[in-house]
Amino acid sequence: MDHNTLLLFAAIGALLLLASAIGWLLKRRSGVTPNPVIDNLNARINAWWVMVLVIGAAFVFGDIGVILLFYCVSFYALREFMTLTPTRRSDYPALVAAFYFALPMQYLLIAVDWYGLFTIFIPVYLFLLLPILASLGGDTTRFLERASKVQWGLMIAVYCISAVPALLTLDIPGYAGRNLLLIAWLIMVVQLSDVLQYVCGKLFGKHQIAPRLSPSKTVEGFVGGIALASLAGALLYWITPFNFWQAALMALTVNLLGFAGGLVMSAIKRDRGVKDWGHMIEGHGGMLDRLDSVCFAAPIFFHFVRYWWVPPLV
Amino acid sequence: MLAALTAFAITSAARLLTGARALWLGCTAQPVQRLYYANHSSHGDFVLLWASLPPELRRSTRPVAGADYWQRDGLRRYLIHQVFNGVLIDRERGSAHSNPLQPMLDALDNGDSLILFPEGTRNLEEGLLPFKSGLFHLARARPQVELIPVWIANLSRVMPKGRALPLPLLCTLSFGAPLQPLETESKEAFLERARNALLAMAPEEA
Repeated sequence: MDHNTLLLFAAIGALLLLASAIGWLLKRRSGVTPNPVIDNLNARINAWWVMVLVIGAAFVFGDIGVILLFYCVSFYALREFMTLTPTRRSDYPALVAAFYFALPMQYLLIAVDWYGLFTIFIPVYLFLLLPILASLGGDTTRFLERASKVQWGLMIAVYCISAVPALLTLDIPGYAGRNLLLIAWLIMVVQLSDVLQYVCGKLFGKHQIAPRLSPSKTVEGFVGGIALASLAGALLYWITPFNFWQAALMALTVNLLGFAGGLVMSAIKRDRGVKDWGHMIEGHGGMLDRLDSVCFAAPIFFHFVRYWWVPPLV
Repeated sequence: MLAALTAFAITSAARLLTGARALWLGCTAQPVQRLYYANHSSHGDFVLLWASLPPELRRSTRPVAGADYWQRDGLRRYLIHQVFNGVLIDRERGSAHSNPLQPMLDALDNGDSLILFPEGTRNLEEGLLPFKSGLFHLARARPQVELIPVWIANLSRVMPKGRALPLPLLCTLSFGAPLQPLETESKEAFLERARNALLAMAPEEA
C-alpha cells in the first residue's frame, strides 16, 4: 500500500471511530428502552467496520485481492438475486451456466486484462447462450420472462459489479500503479452518498421522494446526501486522475446513478414482496442492498474514465 | 471421531451452499422432545433440516429414512448409521406381522427427537402430496411429543432431481408452532390439519 492509500484508510478509520462514538452516545442517552432506529444505526456502523476491514485486507493483496473480493461479492449478489427470482426446473442448465461459467469467466477476463471480451461477454455471448440452454429443456411456460430474469441477474450482479475491478485494467497516463485508489474513491463516494442520504433523511427528511418504491427516501435526504457526498468526492480529487471540478462532476454523476440504482432495485424488491435482498450484513440486509447504488454507478464510471482519461491506442 | 468430522463437514457444506437460515416462527430452539415433520423434495432435505438445528439439539435429533435407499451400499450404511444416526424404516413392508413404526417408537421412547417426511416420497411438484398415516399413529401413541411443522423452501431448486451439480441458492427453514394434540379426531381429519399447518409455513409464491 502506498502513502495515499494508508492515509485514506486512516481517515475512514477515524470517521468510523467518530460514528461509533456517536452511536454509543445515542444508545446511552436513549437509556434501557430499546430504540430500533438507534440499534439499527449501531448495527450498520459495526457492519461498516467489518466491510472496511475486508476491503482493506483485499487492498493489501493488491489487484488480485480486489478481483477475488469482487468475485465473491458478485457471487453473493447473484445468489440473492436468483433466490428471489422464481425459475422453473428447466432453467437449471441456464442457472448452472450463470453460476459456474459466466461468473468465473467474467472475472478471469478482467484478471487477464482482455477488455475486448469482458465488455461483451455477458451482454452478447451469454445473452444468446442462456435462452438457447433454456429452450433445450422444452418448457415454454413464461419463457421470455424466465430468460430475461436470468440475464438481468447476470447483468446486475456480475457484469455491473465487475466494472469496479475492471478499473484496474485502465492505463491512465500519469496514474500508473495507482488504480486501486480510483476504486477506493468510487466506492467511498457512492457509499458515503448512501450514508449521508440516510443521515440527512433521518435528520431533516419531510417530503417522500418515491413513496411507493422506497418510503424511507426523502427529498431532503436526496439533496443533502448527494450534495455533501459530491463535495467529499471533489475534495478527494488528489487521489484520482481528475482535477477538483472533474472530480466534483464525476462524483455527482455516480451519486445520481447510485440513487437511481437504489430506486430500481427497490422496485424489484417491492414487486417480489420483500424488504431486503438477503440477511448477510446485519443492519443493512443483503449484499445487493448494500451494493444497489454501486451496480448502477460503476459501469458508467468505468466507461467515462476510459473515454476521457485513457488515450486510444494508435 | 471420523463420524463426527464427517458430520461437521457435511453440515458445514450444506450451510455454506444454501445459507440454511432457520426461522423459528412458531416455537424456539429448545431441547424438548419433538417430531419435526417437513416437506420432501430432495435427498438433501433432512441434511439441511438437521444442519439448521443448534448443535445441542442436533445430537438428539434423528432423521427417519427409507431402509431400501440407505442400506444399498457400504458408504450409505456408514452415513446413515454412524454420521446421521438415522432411524431406518421398511417402506416396502417386508413382513406383514412387524409394525413398520416400531423403530420410530423405540427412538421416541429412548428420548430422541425425530425428523419425518410424511409425504413418504419426494414431491417434485408445488405444494404437498397427501400424508401417509404414520404421523397420525405416532402422534396417538406418543402424545407427549411436540409435532413441529417445518417448511423447507427452495431446496428443490438447489438440488433438482436427477441433477448432479447443486446450485448455490439460499434456503430458509420455517419452524411452525406445535400442532395441537389430537383428541377424538379421525385419522383423515388429523392428517389434513397437519398438512394444512405445514402448508401455512410455506412462503407465498408470487
